[in-house]
Amino acid sequence: MLGRMANNVYWMARYIERAENLARLLATTYHMSLMPAASGEDTANWEAPLRLVGGREDFLSRYGEVTPGNVLNYMALDLDNTSSIRSCIRVARENARATRTGLTTEVWEGINQTYIELEGMSYPQMLDDGFQEFFDWIKERSHTFRGACYGTLRRAECFAFTRLGTFIERADNTARFLSIKWDMLTPSGRPLGAVDYYRWGALLRAFSALKAYREVYSTIIEPRRVAELLVLRRDMPRSLVACTLEVAGVLRGLRSQAMCTRVCGQIHERLERHRIDGILRSGLPQFLNTFVARNNELHAMIGREFMLVL
Amino acid sequence: MALQEDGSAVTRKKTGMLKRAFDEMHGFDDGLRKAYQAYDAWLKTTHIERLVEKHQQADLIFRRLGITFSVYGSEEGVERLIPFDVVPRILDAEEWRIVSTGVCQRVRAINAYLDDIYHGQNILRAGRIPAELVLNNPAFRPEVLGLDLPRGVYVHVAGIDVVRVGPGEFYVLEDNARVPSGVSYMLEDRETMMRLFPELFPLHAVAPVNHYPEMLLRTLRSAAAPGVVDPTVVVLTPGHFNSAYFEHAFLATQMGVELVEGQDMFVEDDTVFMRTTDGPRRVDVIYRRIDDDYIDPLAFDPSSQLGVPGLLSVVRNGRVTLANAIGTGVADDKAIYCFVPEMIEFYLGEKPILNNVPTYRCAIADDRAYVIEHLEELVVKEVAGSGGYGMLVGPTSTAEQRYAFKASILAHPERFIAQPTLSLSTCPTLVDGKLVPRHVDLRPYVLTGETTSVVPGGLTRVALREGSLVVNSSQGGGTKDTWVLEG
Repeated sequence: MLGRMANNVYWMARYIERAENLARLLATTYHMSLMPAASGEDTANWEAPLRLVGGREDFLSRYGEVTPGNVLNYMALDLDNTSSIRSCIRVARENARATRTGLTTEVWEGINQTYIELEGMSYPQMLDDGFQEFFDWIKERSHTFRGACYGTLRRAECFAFTRLGTFIERADNTARFLSIKWDMLTPSGRPLGAVDYYRWGALLRAFSALKAYREVYSTIIEPRRVAELLVLRRDMPRSLVACTLEVAGVLRGLRSQAMCTRVCGQIHERLERHRIDGILRSGLPQFLNTFVARNNELHAMIGREFMLVL
Repeated sequence: MALQEDGSAVTRKKTGMLKRAFDEMHGFDDGLRKAYQAYDAWLKTTHIERLVEKHQQADLIFRRLGITFSVYGSEEGVERLIPFDVVPRILDAEEWRIVSTGVCQRVRAINAYLDDIYHGQNILRAGRIPAELVLNNPAFRPEVLGLDLPRGVYVHVAGIDVVRVGPGEFYVLEDNARVPSGVSYMLEDRETMMRLFPELFPLHAVAPVNHYPEMLLRTLRSAAAPGVVDPTVVVLTPGHFNSAYFEHAFLATQMGVELVEGQDMFVEDDTVFMRTTDGPRRVDVIYRRIDDDYIDPLAFDPSSQLGVPGLLSVVRNGRVTLANAIGTGVADDKAIYCFVPEMIEFYLGEKPILNNVPTYRCAIADDRAYVIEHLEELVVKEVAGSGGYGMLVGPTSTAEQRYAFKASILAHPERFIAQPTLSLSTCPTLVDGKLVPRHVDLRPYVLTGETTSVVPGGLTRVALREGSLVVNSSQGGGTKDTWVLEG
């Protein structure tokens, strides 16, 4: 397929995945904010999404105050925020439109439908329908996208590049998301209280991992195990190790001798060798930040190898 | 359900008399026409609300499929839908025989003419067409003089705009020999009709059109240089911000070929390559949806970002084929149009099957004087204009508009032609919940590969504003499915 088209489908998938993960983050933030909290904690909670996308300055200059409503509006619907959910869907759809010859009708129509419905949505309407419903809807649209790709795209390059986009983005988002929340949720020294359990539970739910946690550990929530689940468990579809495993597989199928394939293999193997206690001893956020940087290098190499992006 | 009396289309004739236009369904109000008998019976059992409902459904379908076009110069509507009308335009087999043989004849003559113009120029030497009209034409490309094309085909895809004024009376309004668009609407309109009104199809033997993409692919493959086995065909688009991008993507998908932009291709070793994830791949035939001017910045407009540098030299060496060929514009401007009947006689030795609309060329003093005198009755067009821009429809014009056109004509007479205002046929059309007559035209798509052929049907465009004769989508026109009845 054309290098430019490969680039288009790759970004299409990345932006859909990004929209979904933003919805997950906002949903859990909203959920946590419903709990009683010490003063100041709630503001810190709502600042987390802004820190994640690096839009704090822009946000403050236009909205002034960090309130739940302002952050939700900014992160979900604001088109001047290039990282908002609506902006992500727009860019995804623009990429899909630029490459619709490579897509099946189901994939294209799914994205286009999401775009059309989201274009017609206003903040009052989102408020009216309920935030949770909105986030659920975004997640559902993302599931539909992946399902349509999985169920209808020929197992050829186009499919491979949507998978690459999905998992490179997911690995990035999981790492950033966990890094930000880890600091906020890890109380220094004091034992976990009821509210803490609730919050760790909400975090797991953001990764659709609460039930899995119970199945795997059948014990009360421990931050150490949450980290293990989301970083090192191969069987957790949103964990770092699972994402890099997917990427490595796709790259091997595309070109086994390529530099990016080798580098991805190394990233994955290193993850596999790690134990969670070792990671925690040297600091989880540092570990995650290093991972994000390496994942990003891998992204650039894929671009150079296949899409003639310099 | 009868046509609304208050909406009947009237057109002023030269004499100032009011004349009712011929209606595709009801003729000159002299009874139901044969092609519409089954449709009329169905309509009588159908509530108008149902049509309105189906019409809304069609809008949703088109929007979801993303069948949109961009309007240049309009701020809000970056992407708009072309309105689709649910009432089909129906032609019977005999009517279609006239139209189809007529448009094919025209395209055969145009191809022969282009081959002649870029080789011996016999028709100019015979004095049948004024040489300066051709050689000084901005669309004439001396760069391709003497270049031999596979099978001598220049216009692989043509769109011939046909209108009707009476039962068997068809006129050609315009030949489109550069990059005619709209064929995707012909196909999608049919899809949509079959989805919305499946019950109508068993009642009619509607000739299928959905093999068009296969015919197009066969045509394009046949255009490859001799000796190329299994040629690689691509569709070249200006990109997804172009107004016809949907169509480019649609055709590429339907043919199963790559949709490329200029930046996806490069020239090396006298060969055109496209950049794929597997490295460079050779291209043999380019179905280009970009005008000559932008196709190669080294040869034509140097500021063009859309084309491929060096493409012309590969074309000249016969190592890649463009469809349509470079330089076809010298066959389809509105001044050359007057001479197509000459071409038919000169090259084919045949009588034209379809009429030309009598055309006054403002460059000729007598014609000019007549045009200036009769602006109120005539349609004035810019020779190089298209898309319904730069046009004066006399009978519906204001005094200021006529004044402005008069000044333009006197300043640059060679840029204008004028034609009598034809009373274009009307077809029942759903407007504001009523069926009212609206003027229509018809654009069949003619393909030339090993032979010249046309799929039974075409794009019917309809002027949705009451009394309007301008059917272009950029001017608020809509489309209808076109049925050719078999047998």
